[in-house]
Amino acid sequence: MKIMIRGVRGSIPTTGPDTVYYGGNTSCAVAVEDDCILVLDGGSGMQKFNLLQTTAVKRVDILLTHLHLDHIQGLGFFNPFFDPTLDIHIWGPVSNISLRTRLSRYLSPPLFPVLLRDLPCKLTLHEIGDSSFDIGPFQIESRYVIHPGPTVGYRIKGKHSVFTYMPDHEPMLGAKEFPADKRWISGMELAQDADLLLHDAQYSAQQYPYRMGWGHSSMDDVAKFAELAAVKHLLLAHHDPSNSDTDLNNLFEDLQKRNNYLFKYELAAEGMVIELP
Amino acid sequence: MAYPIEIILSRQLADCLSMPVFITDTVGNLIFYNEPAENLLGTRFEETGEMKVETWGTIFKPKDEDGNVMPPENLPLVRTLKDQYPYHKSFWIESMKGNTEKISVTSYPIIGRAGNFVGAVAIFWEAKDI
Ligand SMILES: [Zn+2]
Ligand SMILES: [Zn+2]
Repeated sequence: MKIMIRGVRGSIPTTGPDTVYYGGNTSCAVAVEDDCILVLDGGSGMQKFNLLQTTAVKRVDILLTHLHLDHIQGLGFFNPFFDPTLDIHIWGPVSNISLRTRLSRYLSPPLFPVLLRDLPCKLTLHEIGDSSFDIGPFQIESRYVIHPGPTVGYRIKGKHSVFTYMPDHEPMLGAKEFPADKRWISGMELAQDADLLLHDAQYSAQQYPYRMGWGHSSMDDVAKFAELAAVKHLLLAHHDPSNSDTDLNNLFEDLQKRNNYLFKYELAAEGMVIELP
Repeated sequence: MAYPIEIILSRQLADCLSMPVFITDTVGNLIFYNEPAENLLGTRFEETGEMKVETWGTIFKPKDEDGNVMPPENLPLVRTLKDQYPYHKSFWIESMKGNTEKISVTSYPIIGRAGNFVGAVAIFWEAKDI
């Protein structure tokens, strides 16, 4: 399975010389196995999608974790929507308002000139919750996780490896520490033994107490979470828009100094490509 | 098997409260109690872990105002587990020290996003009057 990281910024796109290294685009990643393409979240990292231009693939699946703007704002700029020969599926968490209605709030005037129903591609929407489903060679588990509004994380099992995607997640909300019994930890079931985990790490441990309940995690909590889940490789993501590349490097260095984790962990950066077995 | 997110969040809220809170699964097994509840039960969650309904159901000896032992079907949590509605009642319990204490219990079902019943919560209050 090949993972391409296309957007790792939290909350709002940030462009400028001080965010060039980690990137300013909001949440988006792509997982490819054989001829099957999954796009995870539709943040601004979704734009300039040219993966299909070199293949004969006619289907793309977009898995949305939730509908906060930083996870859907790229949808209107996803070129495959405008290709009538393509079959596109969007998966997103169920709510008491249909996924189509919620997406149409953004993909309709005055916010966007084109209506969802007028997109030329063949579009199918799927509402999920605590669900299991297959897409091509992928076996996918979605589970509700702690974040404001209906939000899921995904466990994506390819032919030989597992990628877990939880860009917005606050498992420590209101808790003093992670319980010893892992059944009580939000998202743990999705992350357990994953080959790669991309997880929210928006804040430093110092910032987190002032942002508790905003739906995001501290770098320290996420590293601990990954250790408990025995993941092999952790990508810390959803970088705070106020953090420059230098700030992120400093925070990460500090995290490394204070901990001695044995698994591989690093800050997620736009443009990263990771080949899993 | 992980607990549903609604149950995990109930525990995380209970962790922050000074009222005794008991969380059960859909059949009444005690799956979590917070620190104030530990004082009432006289046991620590870390030590006991989860408790079967038969075990923890007998720890409190609920009595009515005449001192008669109350049948379980009159207790708020038992009623919530049966029909998934909230209930409130005041009664007496024999405390761990053998004293009789007046308490009020509020129980409510946890019905999750998908509309499914995933467990119940009972909060114990010091009864002001009965
Ligand atoms: Zn976000
Ligand atoms: Zn969000």
